[in-house]
Amino acid sequence: MTESAGMPILEAAEGARDQHMVINMGPQHPATHGVLRLVLEIDGEIVVRIYPEIGYLHTGIEKTCEAKFYQQVVPLTDRINYLDPLSNNLCYALAVEKLLGLEIPAKATWMRVLMAELSRLNSHLIWLGTHAMDIGALTVFLYTFREREEILRLFEAVAGQRMMLSYIRIGGLSLEPPLDFLDRVQGFIQTFPEKIDEYANLLTGNPIFRNRLKGVGYLSAADAIALGVTGPPLRASGVDFDLRRDIPYCGYEKFKFAVPVSTDGDCWARYEVRLVEMRESVKIIQQVLDGMPEGPVKADAPKIVLPDREKMKTQMEALIHHFKIVTEGFEVPAGEVYQGIEAGHGQTGYYVVSDGTAKPYRVHMRYPSFATLQALETMCKGRMLADVVAVIGSIDIVLGEIDR
Amino acid sequence: MSEALTTTLAKPTLKDKTAVLEGLGDHPAVKAIARWNLEALTDAKFEFGELTLTIAAEKLSVALATLQTAGYNFFEDMTAVDWFPASPRFQLSYQLLSHALKEYVRVRVLLDEADPSVESITPLWPAANFYEREVFDLFGIRFDGHPNLRRILLPDEFTGHPLRKDYPVEGYR
Repeated sequence: MTESAGMPILEAAEGARDQHMVINMGPQHPATHGVLRLVLEIDGEIVVRIYPEIGYLHTGIEKTCEAKFYQQVVPLTDRINYLDPLSNNLCYALAVEKLLGLEIPAKATWMRVLMAELSRLNSHLIWLGTHAMDIGALTVFLYTFREREEILRLFEAVAGQRMMLSYIRIGGLSLEPPLDFLDRVQGFIQTFPEKIDEYANLLTGNPIFRNRLKGVGYLSAADAIALGVTGPPLRASGVDFDLRRDIPYCGYEKFKFAVPVSTDGDCWARYEVRLVEMRESVKIIQQVLDGMPEGPVKADAPKIVLPDREKMKTQMEALIHHFKIVTEGFEVPAGEVYQGIEAGHGQTGYYVVSDGTAKPYRVHMRYPSFATLQALETMCKGRMLADVVAVIGSIDIVLGEIDR
Repeated sequence: MSEALTTTLAKPTLKDKTAVLEGLGDHPAVKAIARWNLEALTDAKFEFGELTLTIAAEKLSVALATLQTAGYNFFEDMTAVDWFPASPRFQLSYQLLSHALKEYVRVRVLLDEADPSVESITPLWPAANFYEREVFDLFGIRFDGHPNLRRILLPDEFTGHPLRKDYPVEGYR
């Protein structure tokens, strides 16, 4: 094997050279959730080392951002973590709004929370379905995708898009939600807790599922912090930290919800934590529906937020602002900000540097899967090769956000 | 038409080191750095509700170790900014998070264009491994003492560092 083949660690460990074997897993492998390639050094069936080889989906989004106006970056963010699109929109919008010092109307903030939580449910449903499918429980996949379809229909109702919504924009939302939207969400969350029970009935008591997850992929709290693990895997390792509660953004301090924590640190703990998280998301959505304020969904900043179509056709100034924003963008005060949020997979962060022009000088995205992937070796070392599949499923990675 | 840009940030902006030391002397990160070595802190600012500490490049890993002991236990993010054609050209930004204090702090390092390199912080936080490889890959900044400093996102045979400002967004290199 030559150096250029990208396998430099394949000098086997001291003294064990003859017994160890190096195998390749991915990038085309159904259990790697995308195009992840793992180079595994194994001793029989025991994993000795894992070397993740990433970059197959690298599209240079950070470089592209530097050539776009601030508002043109929003659709790019959708495509990074395509399973949780609204968290990406939200994080970017919050970062730029921090630079602009923009005040967001209450209804827009509440709608953002509602959409972010629906997006989290969407992300967790895909995780549950694919994770169970990797383990061999195919049925759950069909059930979770049934509920996901409901969520996608809700997304379509507000934004006209099912996956790449770009619904959360700088300064608010792109459109008013339709009149029956809140009733439809109410209808969805009324039945959703029963659906979670249904998944739990299929999986929690299932002896195969239990045996494949219990005690597998252990990660201690100290290791989780050292390796940059965030989100559900961090909480499953016993660290009680959730940005929504501890450093609230976007008005999360107004809502009451529990943060599930487990000290077991294994795949089973991650499964349980995410199931409880789905129930807590439903509680947040219910609170949003109960207290949804009235008012506009866009900030009163005509030089930043695109005017309504109606106004554009009747008012001269609105037409001028529309033309200016589309052709010249808007200037953002110079400075640097970092905005972290709790997305479905963990802590997402946008680092935006402005030089005072209409295009961002630098946009860097911190995505949870990128850091969590580093913990894979710690979790799989000394375990069976088949456990690698269970562990990859349990840390819930999306290659789009790793490679960007 | 109203200008409607109302600032929502409660705390005032502090522009330089003296202002931060005076205004935020009680901040745990400022306190820890002041107790350790005030010389190494070349600049500081508090803007948009975020604290940024600029540290002399050769003191970086000691400064981060000091902050780690002061409670900033979580390495969240690290990236670079290319200020081409200004000098010093590169800036590294480290985002640290404290789970106990529930607070972020940003540490900034400035590097010259010729042979940009800085000490790796993987001994402090193994999480920095991929992040340092990414900056090495896309900016060409070296991290001394890194266990496996290879390109991470781009193929090994790739030439150039795309996130540098003198690398074109489209067209030929």
